[in-house]
Amino acid sequence: MSNATLSPRRDSLRGATLPKWFAWAVAAGSLALGYGISAAAGLHSDVQWALIAAVLFVVGSYAVSAKIEGARQAKDRTATSLVWVAFLLAVTPLASLLWETAERGVKVLDGYFLTHSMGVVADAEPGGGIYHALLGTLEQVGLAALISVPVGVLTAIYLVEYGRGKLAKAVTFFVDVMTGIPSIVAGLFILSLWVLILKMGPSGFAGSLALSILMIPVVVRSTEEMLKLVPNELREASLALGVPKWRTILKVVLPTSIGGIITGIMLAVARITGETAPVLLLVWGTDFINANPFQDPQESLPMYIYLQFGAGSDPAYDRAWAAALTLIAFIMILNLVARGIARWKAPR
Amino acid sequence: MAKRIDVSGLNAYYGSFLAIEDISMTVEPRSVTAFIGPSGCGKSTFLRTLNRMHEVTPGGRVDGKVMLDDENLYGAGIDPVAVRREVGMVFQRPNPFPTMSVYDNVAAGLRLNGKYKKSQLDDIVEKSLKGANLWNEVKDRLNKPGSGLSGGQQQRLCIARAIAVEPNVLLMDEPCSALDPISTLAIEDLIGELKERFTIVIVTHNMQQAARVSDRTAFFNLAAVGQPGKLIEIDDTERIFSNPSVQATEDYISGRFG
Amino acid sequence: MDITAQKPAAPPSPGPAAPEDKGAARGATRPGDRIFLGFSRGSGIFVLVLMAAIAAFLTYRASLAISKDEANFFTSFEWNPTGVPPEFGIAVLAFGTVVSSVIAMVIAVPISVGIALFITHYAPRRLGGTVGYVIDLLAAVPSIVYGLWGAIVLVPHMDGLYGWLDDYLGWTGVFAWEGGPARSLLTVGILLALMILPIITNVSREVFRQVPRMHEEAALALGATRWEVIRMSVLPFGRSGVISASMLGLGRALGETMAVAMVLSPSFDISASLLDAGGGTFAQNIASKFNEATVMGQDALIASGMVLFVITLLVNGAARLIIARRKEYSGANA
Repeated sequence: MSNATLSPRRDSLRGATLPKWFAWAVAAGSLALGYGISAAAGLHSDVQWALIAAVLFVVGSYAVSAKIEGARQAKDRTATSLVWVAFLLAVTPLASLLWETAERGVKVLDGYFLTHSMGVVADAEPGGGIYHALLGTLEQVGLAALISVPVGVLTAIYLVEYGRGKLAKAVTFFVDVMTGIPSIVAGLFILSLWVLILKMGPSGFAGSLALSILMIPVVVRSTEEMLKLVPNELREASLALGVPKWRTILKVVLPTSIGGIITGIMLAVARITGETAPVLLLVWGTDFINANPFQDPQESLPMYIYLQFGAGSDPAYDRAWAAALTLIAFIMILNLVARGIARWKAPR
Repeated sequence: MAKRIDVSGLNAYYGSFLAIEDISMTVEPRSVTAFIGPSGCGKSTFLRTLNRMHEVTPGGRVDGKVMLDDENLYGAGIDPVAVRREVGMVFQRPNPFPTMSVYDNVAAGLRLNGKYKKSQLDDIVEKSLKGANLWNEVKDRLNKPGSGLSGGQQQRLCIARAIAVEPNVLLMDEPCSALDPISTLAIEDLIGELKERFTIVIVTHNMQQAARVSDRTAFFNLAAVGQPGKLIEIDDTERIFSNPSVQATEDYISGRFG
Repeated sequence: MDITAQKPAAPPSPGPAAPEDKGAARGATRPGDRIFLGFSRGSGIFVLVLMAAIAAFLTYRASLAISKDEANFFTSFEWNPTGVPPEFGIAVLAFGTVVSSVIAMVIAVPISVGIALFITHYAPRRLGGTVGYVIDLLAAVPSIVYGLWGAIVLVPHMDGLYGWLDDYLGWTGVFAWEGGPARSLLTVGILLALMILPIITNVSREVFRQVPRMHEEAALALGATRWEVIRMSVLPFGRSGVISASMLGLGRALGETMAVAMVLSPSFDISASLLDAGGGTFAQNIASKFNEATVMGQDALIASGMVLFVITLLVNGAARLIIARRKEYSGANA
């Protein structure tokens, strides 16, 4: 064993290791310095000084660590600081998004807001509410779910319980394709069929059709996953008792996986509730209450936000934020309940 | 190269659970020490305290002393990364890096530790593969993925990877339990050769294997499930298997429990 | 969540349908079974017909428009489908869509990988779990809310950064800024990055979580630092997963409508500067031009939507190919 082949060995297991508070100290130092530099240079933007501080933090901890701990440790430290910086970089705007929505949203969000429509309220006036939008959203999403859930669940049953051969492969493929359809394209499709060819006017139902195109693949995918989790032994046990296959599916397979299927459906509903583009093309939006989803323009929550944003006055912005808060709250509650069901019904 | 390990008063925890309690022993350099004992007695946990791998499991914590010659692995200012370079490890299931070639697998540890010329790397890789009795089988496929080898070859590849960085100690955690008898034999022969250069500690479930390869044997046991594992005795292998000083050891070896 | 986490790691099973081959054939002779099979197969066929219809109608309407187009549909900078003669082309839209999505990817992919690593390998357990959960929920925030926030909160905050970019990198032309409101492709790209970040992070996190413990221990036992462990075993294992996650994010960014429509101040030209307001994307253009469009105008928009559809199809297809390849790969080594 010649020495030439040996790595430059340390004699000791002791690395010069920086203390634990080192990273915090550098972080605090860079924040202070970043702020100082920005103040001195007359920069006003938070973005600027935060970026300066982030760069100082990464470079600073690398430099000190490289000097004391060696290159490998320094690289490790750089990776760690980059990961933390990535985390903070992303969390700051995302937290701001939630915070701003909550803070600005509560201003006009009250019982009156939830129970009144825009009616004759002018864009620049305060007052008015989202009742018509809530009604429209519930009807459109409800109709979309009414179409998508049976189609989606049955398709998934077909794929998992019966599907073999070319048809099943084709269905799987096109469900995948549908998953990727941008919502505006789904809107265009119904537009070309419904409005331009069948010559029907805008209505909540037209919007529901477009939303179904977005919802069906999600329901199929999640239901498929859940059905695949049902152990084959259960099916075989039931079949071996002489129970016909369709009853086996209805009485054994579906009840076993129902929790997961409902979770998937709720997540799909949460997803389409926030869709705006198809509603914009097909439902148009209105300031008045229209309880009939099959005729004339309707409003929906996301559409309301868009219209109020477009109105451009401060009271309208307040309404947009309040509607956004309502929308997020609705979606978050759906998500949380869905997850709750998933946890509660999870196969143990 | 080979160094002596001196453990005293070592406890290891998972969270608040005490997994092994108050272990003291000496592992002689240039010898093979086998750890035997029933499942859950903490012999693998103890092995992993010897290169500070125990603390990478969430909640893992150790107190006590492990002296590698004259340096305490758990002393202040010790860099666990440096410890793992000095104390190599081979795992239960062969775990070559799946995306790396045979060559890159062996060179992986070296590349972490500074720059080598291509010719130097070539030499070390060849020497390590020869040291692991694998050279003749893989010399024509050094650039093929390491995961394409058979289980036994993969395990010897892992040994080659471990010895390429010239550690002082080689820890083996049931290295043959996932292998067929012929591959096992190859590894056992290899252990016999490696002990000329390294201090070897091997955990095994197979008592014949312990008897075949080791110079000294340590028997671990636990009072009951949920109780910490303890070192019952350590002695020359011959003595342990013929005339152990503790009754529990004899019961275990003669197959009365465990 | 756990379910999806473990799914790809499982050996590629033929699915529960396979062993019931005979049952299906025999069962189908019963009336109940026949009806049930009919319904479920019918739903499957319905999905196929639906997709075929989408393709057919879009193609039909698009071809109506394109056949009347007097300009080159792919290279023209005009958008005047109702003019005499009608002239429109997608060059500006294609440029804006690609540029904003590329900006989004450049920002979002490294940061998402960073956060995914943060959650799986760096953060203390509880913090990692909480962050993962919040990111999960953020993936559900609708794009209209991102748009509202982007237009009202983010745009004014960009001024400082823009001034800076203009001062130091303005000479490149790409980062030159005339000083208008920051309703430009760069801001759109940043907002899109924020929107796709939760998606890419979630998928990457699941992939990193599946890295077999023994590969990481192999690197650790060689004396690798945490970063070296990640480089040697986590990233190689997760690479294809991260790529396909990024493709999913890209698909989302390409098709995003409302957030772009609310933030961008559109114009139908291509500017060398990313910081000056102007430009447009396929989806944004459809949303903003739709209201005033005649039938011909709508057909032209449908034609542009068709192009968007094809692009997202290709991107998603690529993502799926990568996922499929990865399954084989990890199946062999699991």
